[in-house]
Amino acid sequence: MKTIHRIMALCLAAGLPMAALAEDPIDPKSYEVSYDEDGRYFTEDDVPTFKIADDGTVDWLTFSGFRRYHAECHVCHGPDGEGSTYAPAIKNSSVDLGYDEFVNVVVNGRNNGNSVMPGFGENRNVMCYLDDIYVYLKARGTDNLARGRPAKKEAKSDVIREDEDACMG
Amino acid sequence: MKKLKLFTSGIALCAATMAYANDDLIAQMEDPSQWAIQTGDYKNQRYSQLEQINAENVGDLQVAWTFSTGVLRGHEGSPLVIGDTMYVHTPFPNIVYALDLANEGKIIWKYEPKQDPDVIPVMCCDTVNRGVAYANGKIFLHQADTKVVALNAETGAVEWEAQNGDPAIGETNTATVLPIKDKVIVGISGGEFGVRGSVTAYNMETGEQEWRAYSMGPDSDILADPENTTHLGTPVGADSGTNTWEGDQWMIGGGTTWGWYSADMDENLFYYGTGNPSTWNPAQRPGDNRWSMTVMARDIDTGMAKWFYQMTPHDEWDYDGINEMILTEQEIDGEERKLLTHFDRNGLAYTMDRVSGELLVAEKYDPVVNWTTGVDMDPNSDTYGRPAVVAQYSTKQNGEDVNTTGICPAALGTKDQQPAAYSPKTEVFYVPTNHVCMDYEPFRVSYTAGQPYVGATLSMYPAPESHGGMGNFIAWDNINGEIKWSIPEKFSVWSGALATAGDIVFYGTLEGHLKAVHAETGEELYRFKTPSGIIGNVMTYESAGKQYIGILSGVGGWAGIGLAAGLTNPNDGLGAVGGYAALSDYTALGGQLTVFALPD
Repeated sequence: MKTIHRIMALCLAAGLPMAALAEDPIDPKSYEVSYDEDGRYFTEDDVPTFKIADDGTVDWLTFSGFRRYHAECHVCHGPDGEGSTYAPAIKNSSVDLGYDEFVNVVVNGRNNGNSVMPGFGENRNVMCYLDDIYVYLKARGTDNLARGRPAKKEAKSDVIREDEDACMG
Repeated sequence: MKKLKLFTSGIALCAATMAYANDDLIAQMEDPSQWAIQTGDYKNQRYSQLEQINAENVGDLQVAWTFSTGVLRGHEGSPLVIGDTMYVHTPFPNIVYALDLANEGKIIWKYEPKQDPDVIPVMCCDTVNRGVAYANGKIFLHQADTKVVALNAETGAVEWEAQNGDPAIGETNTATVLPIKDKVIVGISGGEFGVRGSVTAYNMETGEQEWRAYSMGPDSDILADPENTTHLGTPVGADSGTNTWEGDQWMIGGGTTWGWYSADMDENLFYYGTGNPSTWNPAQRPGDNRWSMTVMARDIDTGMAKWFYQMTPHDEWDYDGINEMILTEQEIDGEERKLLTHFDRNGLAYTMDRVSGELLVAEKYDPVVNWTTGVDMDPNSDTYGRPAVVAQYSTKQNGEDVNTTGICPAALGTKDQQPAAYSPKTEVFYVPTNHVCMDYEPFRVSYTAGQPYVGATLSMYPAPESHGGMGNFIAWDNINGEIKWSIPEKFSVWSGALATAGDIVFYGTLEGHLKAVHAETGEELYRFKTPSGIIGNVMTYESAGKQYIGILSGVGGWAGIGLAAGLTNPNDGLGAVGGYAALSDYTALGGQLTVFALPD
């Protein structure tokens, strides 16, 4: 199990298409909502996650992540996290890397020769919305959210608004 | 006495060298057997007098030889041919090859610069490079990291280097350079990183900086004269580069300069366009944001601006104004005039008097363009020269955090940098276009040096209620402002066109086809599928009495972002998601030059 994950991560790093490998079924526990706090949702392992209601309403962070992703990330990683001619489908990275490593790569970047992921650690447009982008991509990568703009969303909670204002300065 | 004599002969020698620098390139450009500059000539016409390959026989065209560049990224621009040598460039790491056309394309020399790979992620939209330039025995390469290098054309040895910008604050380069008179004029990229755009002239022999003209800032920075620099015939006045900005926002104002430049030696002017103001969120930068989105005419020797024309004041859609200015001499209203024709990202094609900067024609060159009802052409009007913005499609009027839907064209424009061609024989422009619309939602962003400074989320999709494809290849009449014919294409046409005296026009497609069509009718006469999608520009040359057509394949660039996975129309509902053709179903990465000729 762990080995497969590692191979997948390696392939991602090399920019190889994932389709060549047998699909590893995703454990729903890795994204199922266990509890919520002020409009944010978490798994039982305290990892931020998305929440999508039966009528398609997404939580605020997922919607916000959609917006921030398409401003900061999509010029390389393509629309809806699908990848481009020169950068991998990052919707899969959010699933395969896990939260901590995902954050690590976004903050610090990484360099694979002519394929370079920049570090966004000093960019408030990314750092203030890191969880938003993560849960959005995780919803995409686990096939719980279709391509395109989410039609319906939960309202932004006061706490999320205050945190955002504090972070953006 | 003897001293004086020496001194004068020194001056004579200097003058001779300076004249030579330009005469050499001009002679090469006038010789149709050569392809001496990326744009075909200083007029950017991309027209060749060669007619061995023509409408009668182009159907017999065959591949003569091929060359792999060894790089798998978006390949824009084209090779040059000087004498018996072909110069081929690549995307990052920006390798240059000199190939011996008299010896089956043997590699004479190869130059590979050492660049910090950290420049890659600060390049918006792939690591493309639009090619090298030639003058006076030197090849000029403007690298991704903004280093300008002069190489000895015969040996590849470095003659001088100049650092034009700083990648650490998002300054990069994708464009070619303009060698003219004793100067090399270069631009800069980074509009999505809050870079303040500029053009800079370096001495062709020494690499020393001679002048720099910013797109916005104080008069001394933008090289504008309040009295003598005009906008539609009116002096721009003092502080025109700062007084339509709030506070010091002009310092990160965008207006980058990564397009193709043209020049009129008789007027001593060169022409180019400036890009979008930073950020894409219009609410964060109130005002007209001068001189972003502007056609510029500047003096070659001093950089001083003669005239400006701002096409899209206070941009709300990322309609960069950088596309090429094509220079022609044509009759308009019974008078022979020196014209400039420009196909803007905003979907309007402008015909101007290039000496005075007078606006003559401004018409949509794709009927789906909907953000404006047109440009005010009344010189007595308060809004003379301004486009009338349709409120429904105004991302400014709809405001931050509102998703404005159905805007045509999309941010990549009705046309991006892919250059059009002009045939003096037909007096028609041949224009590769995009047929894509978008939803655009601006929101607040903060600026960090060297980090993306975008501030909007975009969804792009093929123009609704049209032929379903994402591009057209059109023939345009710049005098009457009309489309003469239009060829629908499945994908955006991201390849530069070539028109020839053989009554044919060539262009490439994102699927990888090189196509030849009839210059009068648009009828397809030839197609060949090259190994990868084409975003390069078609060129032609003659060697040992035989005409050749060359094209770089290698899909990527901005076209490679959205189109690789396919575009979706969110307004069509979930059923249609994935229903549009994905480019990855047609082609894969590559990096190859394919050269065509008629059979012996």
